Amino acid sequence: MNIVTLITQLTEVILAVVAAPLLMGWVNQCRAWLQNRRGPGVLQPYRQIRKLFHKDAVIAAQASPLFRLVPYVQFASMCLAAAIIPSLWTGLPFAVAADTIALVGLFATARVFLALAAMDIGTAFGSMGARREMLVGFLAEPALLMVFFTASLISHSTSLPTIVETLAQGRLAIYPSLAFAGVAFLMVLLAENARIPVDNPATHLELTMIHEATVLEYSARHLALIEWSVALKLFNYTCIGLALFFPWGLATGAHSLRDLLLAIPITGLKLLVAGFGLALIESLNAKMRIFRAPEFLASAFLLAVLGLLVHLLLGS
Amino acid sequence: MADSTSLLYATLLVPVAWLAIGLLGLVRGRSVLWVGRILFPLGTLAGLTLGFTALAGLGAPTESLTLPLGLAQFAFHIRLDALAWFFLLLIGFTSAGIGVFSAGYFRAGEGTAPGLLCLQYHVFLASMAVVVMADDAYLFLVAWETMALSSYFLVTTQHRLPEIRRAGFIYLLIAHLGAIGILLCFGVMQGGNWQFTFEAMRAAQLTPVWASAAFFLALFGFGAKAGLVPLHVWLPEAHPAAPSPVSALMSGVMLEIAIYGVLRVTFDLLHVQLWWWGLVTLGLGLFTALFGVVFAAVQTDMKRLLAYSSIENIGIIFLGVGLTVIFHAFHMPLLAALALAATLYHCLNHAFSKSLLFLSTGSVLHATRERSLGKLGGLIHRMPWVAWLALVGTLAIAGLPPLNGFVSEWLLLQAFLFTPDLPHSYVNMLLPMGAAALALVAALAAYVMVKFYGVIFLGQPRESSLREAQDCGRLERIGLLWLAAGCVLLGIFPVPLLALLNNVSRGLLGASLGTQLQHWWLLAPIAPERAAYSPAVFLLSTVVLVAAVVLGVRRFYHGRVRKAAPWGCGFPLLTPRMQDTAEGFGQPIRQIFEPFFRMQRALPSPFDTSPHYRVQVEDHFWYALYAPIAGLVRRISSLAGAVQQGRISVYLLYSFLTLVALLAFAL
Repeated sequence: MNIVTLITQLTEVILAVVAAPLLMGWVNQCRAWLQNRRGPGVLQPYRQIRKLFHKDAVIAAQASPLFRLVPYVQFASMCLAAAIIPSLWTGLPFAVAADTIALVGLFATARVFLALAAMDIGTAFGSMGARREMLVGFLAEPALLMVFFTASLISHSTSLPTIVETLAQGRLAIYPSLAFAGVAFLMVLLAENARIPVDNPATHLELTMIHEATVLEYSARHLALIEWSVALKLFNYTCIGLALFFPWGLATGAHSLRDLLLAIPITGLKLLVAGFGLALIESLNAKMRIFRAPEFLASAFLLAVLGLLVHLLLGS
Repeated sequence: MADSTSLLYATLLVPVAWLAIGLLGLVRGRSVLWVGRILFPLGTLAGLTLGFTALAGLGAPTESLTLPLGLAQFAFHIRLDALAWFFLLLIGFTSAGIGVFSAGYFRAGEGTAPGLLCLQYHVFLASMAVVVMADDAYLFLVAWETMALSSYFLVTTQHRLPEIRRAGFIYLLIAHLGAIGILLCFGVMQGGNWQFTFEAMRAAQLTPVWASAAFFLALFGFGAKAGLVPLHVWLPEAHPAAPSPVSALMSGVMLEIAIYGVLRVTFDLLHVQLWWWGLVTLGLGLFTALFGVVFAAVQTDMKRLLAYSSIENIGIIFLGVGLTVIFHAFHMPLLAALALAATLYHCLNHAFSKSLLFLSTGSVLHATRERSLGKLGGLIHRMPWVAWLALVGTLAIAGLPPLNGFVSEWLLLQAFLFTPDLPHSYVNMLLPMGAAALALVAALAAYVMVKFYGVIFLGQPRESSLREAQDCGRLERIGLLWLAAGCVLLGIFPVPLLALLNNVSRGLLGASLGTQLQHWWLLAPIAPERAAYSPAVFLLSTVVLVAAVVLGVRRFYHGRVRKAAPWGCGFPLLTPRMQDTAEGFGQPIRQIFEPFFRMQRALPSPFDTSPHYRVQVEDHFWYALYAPIAGLVRRISSLAGAVQQGRISVYLLYSFLTLVALLAFAL
């Protein structure tokens, strides 16, 4: 590990952390446009986070230390995930510490901590949110793992940068298995990031909340960290999707400075398109009843398994 | 390092010491001080000795010894190879934590007197150690039965309660069904030369049919002890009945001893392994794992929940055994070693984390006198030690990085990724589906553990009496701390231990992961570019990041905090009873996996003025399998009862007829 790779690694993480709210703002702005609203502007999440950081934290009287620790764990795990995901370039020295299975485990850890924090206060909505969050999680997590497995079988490696390098350098043939995996991944992305049709990030009705119900008790800096990590999670998932299914333009192999610099606008452009696509999906769909969510996720899981099977049958 | 012969003698002394400690318990059987403060700590020391001896022994050559004990024809044989050392290590280190905890846990006036309990407990420990050391079927079965009997008495510590006697009876019944299977298995494996040493069994050449018979008898016999579905019914009965340290010992150690038996028979005593055995084992393991985790999710008794979680983990371990058999049968030594390493690692993980959780339920039980999840809650405030240490166990069982449970699951999933390379056209396509099921089980385990932890320790106390709960005592803390430290260390430093496990796989499979484990910090069992995971770096960067974020937020922003009532959504009357109950938390699982359960619901009508809601979730196997068998047994015994007339002339007639029949047979 030399100093250059270390710098690229750090730059990558810092760019992800800084740019994540921007993606969130872009998606919200696109949604507003698609719904004939003017929208608050793409910088709104930054203003939101800044405002929250300046407020006094209000904490429930019966909160335990675990409750106050969780926002930091959330934020740290999403930063860690950003260090593994090749959003700009694949030469990530940190990626050796955690492969795709560990990445799924990392997301699971973050989710478990969030659910525990939600149960900590002991209100009806908190524990209901925890239950629903875990319900979404236990179906989405294996689906995500199966998507990664399909990609791993193609590239004979579970390390995410290696997978992406194989997929990027491979001939432009389309892997039929990845088509299934791609659809499954999209469904997982929607569910895991609490987007429509599984959850509504803009909801103000506690009964229909999933993710929002788990963070109902947070305020000020804790909420700011949670919001930021939610944005970072969306950014991470989008980057995983782009890297697996549209890996063109990433700096792979031996990096030249030109490649590295070129990767930034390309990734930015891809994220803009992906963000618009996400807003489109959210505008075209309605949120489904919570009882339908398991069916939605079970089909994601089955699609991912089908992708695996297709790979094994066709060998590609 | 001491030479291997002295290691052998040191190891032999430990069961002897345990027996002596147990007998000393009878000397002043009513004195809690004598038993708790002197004998149990001594037993713990013996356990630690065993653990460290085994650690040294894992690298030593195999040693064997014939003891001048036993019957004339059947002298006791002892043999310690790497497999035996590994399980002795598991017994030693796990029992050390449980022993220290027990020293502070057992109190007077709870069923069996402390002295007798001390005897049963240490006999149980000694018998488990002897099972692992035994090198002939005779000693093995004597120790195995001692283990079953001593644990039966431990389960029925509160023998005045009828439901506990019933639980003990079910346990004893299944244990003996299993023992018959093991006895028959040894009978098949001696191969007609009537030599019951393991040495002779290794040399016996069985035909594939007889070898298969032996394997499946072993799977039945040891599976009954381990809790393989459908022989799992005793676990959810016996674990809640037993005192918590006993549950910990049974779930954390005894179940793993059954796994030892399977491994010993399959890879050591049988000279041939057929691939379809592996497929069957893998299928049974997967079903057991899914069954266990789904049932765990709907339990409302904390120890029953953990018992079902044990069934799940045993399923995962059998999955690993099956995978090892398949790879071994197809002559893929490196992958077989990988699967075996995952299996053994999971045994050790389960021993540490499940004991930790069972012990913490023990502390909760002592503090609150409550086992039902519906009446607990909020204990993190009153019992911070137990709560925080239990959090470690919870995360470990849920298989989350960077703790130990994740390491074995990671290894197992890696092994699954290689199954498409198998030279068999259907198996190589079928098996990756197993990985999907395993992923589902692992994700469900997280659900179960959030329920377990959240309902017991988080939220608000559901009963006012919980506000007076006391944290556990000093000795209990040491026990919990020891096991939690084990979970963390096993999670962060898997490579040194895997390097030691190589000795086991070299002995059993003739292959190891040896060359792949160069860096202590990097787990890359096949090749670093193929798959790598570094828990130490992972943990370190998480800690550094969390610290950096905390400091950063402190540095740039004020840290003002106000305490207030929680957000009630505009509803003024929030009570602790409005929190999600254990039933509520399990409801989605109950709905999604409905075919797994036999459910009886009683729903009130909307006009009911005093509504009662009742749901009873039961196991299909009780009614579909056990009830018909029990009925059949009852019918046969009533038929046999018709023969018993109670008049002496009739019995004389029976003797006469028997004599005539025998004479006719002899002539």
